[in-house]
Amino acid sequence: MAKLKELAAQKERFVGGHRACAGCGASIIARQVLMAAENPVVVGASTGCLEVFSTIYPYSAWNVPYIHNAFENVAATMAGVEAAYRALKKKGKIKKDLRFIAFGGDGGTYDIGIQALSGMIERRHRVLYVCYNNEAYMNTGIQRSSATPRGAHTTTSPAGKVIPGKLQFRKNLTEIVIAHEPAYAAQATLGYWNDLVTKVRKALDAEGPSFLNISAPCRLGWAYAPEKTVKVSKMAVESCIWPLYEYQDGKYRITIKPKEKKPITEFLKMQGRFAHLFKWKDDVPIKEFQEEVDFIWNRLLKRSEAL
Amino acid sequence: MKADQRDVLTGVYYIDGDVASGYGALAAGCKFIAGYPITPSTEAAEAFARIAPKGGAMFIQMEDELASISAIVGAAWAGAKTMTITSGPGYSLMMETIGYGAMLETPFVLLNIQRGGPSTGVPTKTGQADMMQARWGSHGDYELIAIAPDSPQELFDHTIKAFNLAEKYRCPVMIMADECVGHMTEKVVIPRAEEIELEPRRWYTGPPDEYIPFKPDEDLVPKMVKAGSGHKLFISGRLHDERGYPVDNEHFELKYVRRLIDKIMCNKDKIIELKEEQLDDADVVVVSYGISSRVAVRGIEMAREKGIKVGNLRLITVWPFPDERITELAKKVKAFVVPEINYGQVVFDVARCCHGNANVVLVPHGGAGVHMPDDICDAILLGAKEERKIEKVIEFKTQLEKLVFKGGSKLKE
Repeated sequence: MAKLKELAAQKERFVGGHRACAGCGASIIARQVLMAAENPVVVGASTGCLEVFSTIYPYSAWNVPYIHNAFENVAATMAGVEAAYRALKKKGKIKKDLRFIAFGGDGGTYDIGIQALSGMIERRHRVLYVCYNNEAYMNTGIQRSSATPRGAHTTTSPAGKVIPGKLQFRKNLTEIVIAHEPAYAAQATLGYWNDLVTKVRKALDAEGPSFLNISAPCRLGWAYAPEKTVKVSKMAVESCIWPLYEYQDGKYRITIKPKEKKPITEFLKMQGRFAHLFKWKDDVPIKEFQEEVDFIWNRLLKRSEAL
Repeated sequence: MKADQRDVLTGVYYIDGDVASGYGALAAGCKFIAGYPITPSTEAAEAFARIAPKGGAMFIQMEDELASISAIVGAAWAGAKTMTITSGPGYSLMMETIGYGAMLETPFVLLNIQRGGPSTGVPTKTGQADMMQARWGSHGDYELIAIAPDSPQELFDHTIKAFNLAEKYRCPVMIMADECVGHMTEKVVIPRAEEIELEPRRWYTGPPDEYIPFKPDEDLVPKMVKAGSGHKLFISGRLHDERGYPVDNEHFELKYVRRLIDKIMCNKDKIIELKEEQLDDADVVVVSYGISSRVAVRGIEMAREKGIKVGNLRLITVWPFPDERITELAKKVKAFVVPEINYGQVVFDVARCCHGNANVVLVPHGGAGVHMPDDICDAILLGAKEERKIEKVIEFKTQLEKLVFKGGSKLKE
């Protein structure tokens, strides 16, 4: 259990002055994750909002060693960094106990980067992969990704008269990662900071590859007022759209169980990207989205209770 | 064959080049675009996604560029006219399948809105440094066609042109635009459907049993069928004979790879489009393409005001390269001046075709911006003044270079 006072006393590893939008979820996540790390860390980032707004030359928001390669290969890059560290450590050329964190957006993780991520876990590199999941390609101006929820409007899944935004359900990447049997995997969000910090520490302590899928509300792409980021993030959990759970040693555990499961409409109506669903000719898109959420939530309940 | 009325959004628009290309694709009868978001080309995909339902077309966003280009090759064999849209890193990822498309003689269009610099480079700014990659990027020998528009209107017109060339010669066609042209907003006139001439696919219409997938017509281009239409069809990236069956000796390599090259090279005269101005009495000729050709116009005007006889040769088609025309001009002029937003790519083809008969001056630019017209003018003056024959390409020192390297270490003298 982390204490705010302790965290606040630490030296910042991800500093302000970068160029994120007001109310950006990704920047809060980067700061919280690094704050939680107790060892010295080496960070890699894939191409995306976080990489672009935090490293505009000649400035950098990273007070830690940082490497950026391309869009699809942050997992492979950090796998290489970690392998080099292990070799140097074995030869006694590095004395410190380091940790490695890879940051990728949902585009760079769910879509173009999944091959590298899969390889990194399969080879058992001890890297924490953090997906800051804002559910679309925000850096290029809000295009759909396989993390975009059904019904959301994006520029490449535009809501019109015939089609109500994106037609497909989200890919369940956390479960895909769990199928690799990582040392630790979890879903988190910035609104529940203590849950997030605890998960980061568990992930970094786990001896092997670990993965955190962190919901990162994007005020621009999700279309809400910048000051609502934390509220939106919490509502995703309360409506069970973004369940907070972890997986370790073959066991599922729901870390935050909402007292009262709210209907997803409570979450949807906070954001412009779903506004068309409430004016739609029928309630089918919302109903189907609710069914998807219920299905995944109930399955999760069973899995966490069974063990 | 005329364009379909449902596909053509006739009217006068004030749009950027990316959007114009998306509109051009629909007008050309493109029914399928698969793409992946990448600055500075995304607006073209967005525009197409928005208007596609009007023409019964479809946009699919794939999980990466490898998937995007693979999807369009598949869709082309399913019978559709197809395109993909990308820039820099995405273009690099597509290289393998460009070669696959060339080997399978698949008609498709690739829009590359070039950005500056290698790797991630400068996503939001311009460059022209993918020109050689367009020509040689995939492994092995093959030929394809690359065109370089210089305005939003041309991005509309040339997208249609690209589809026509792809269908006619059954090869990948690259639209090598750049960020300046892609993000420049100008007036674009979309004509009526009956004013747009389209090249139909080279459908095979003979008896199904007699179809041989890679048996060429007289112009060396074979006829095509839809996969799954009942013909015997075997297509593979493996070196194949006319039937599409794998073969692997020098004899076949010579025969079938050679035709991939010859079908473009023997039809060069029909493919190549150049824009020539005041070449008759020219002492110096500016060879340029894309956004650089628009800057060159001012540079040329300035040099003419100083009394230099300078002509303008704009490469609308960059690949295949107009070897013969450059060789012919080299015998008459003193020098060629080649401004391009890279450190020398197309300029070396100009030099190759000169055979030492004329000097060649490169006006380089590192990207993220365009040339100063003054630099092009000064390079023209240099070309006109130089009486000696200089054996290597003369690299003009631009004002920006002099400024950046002022007093400091010069990387290259």
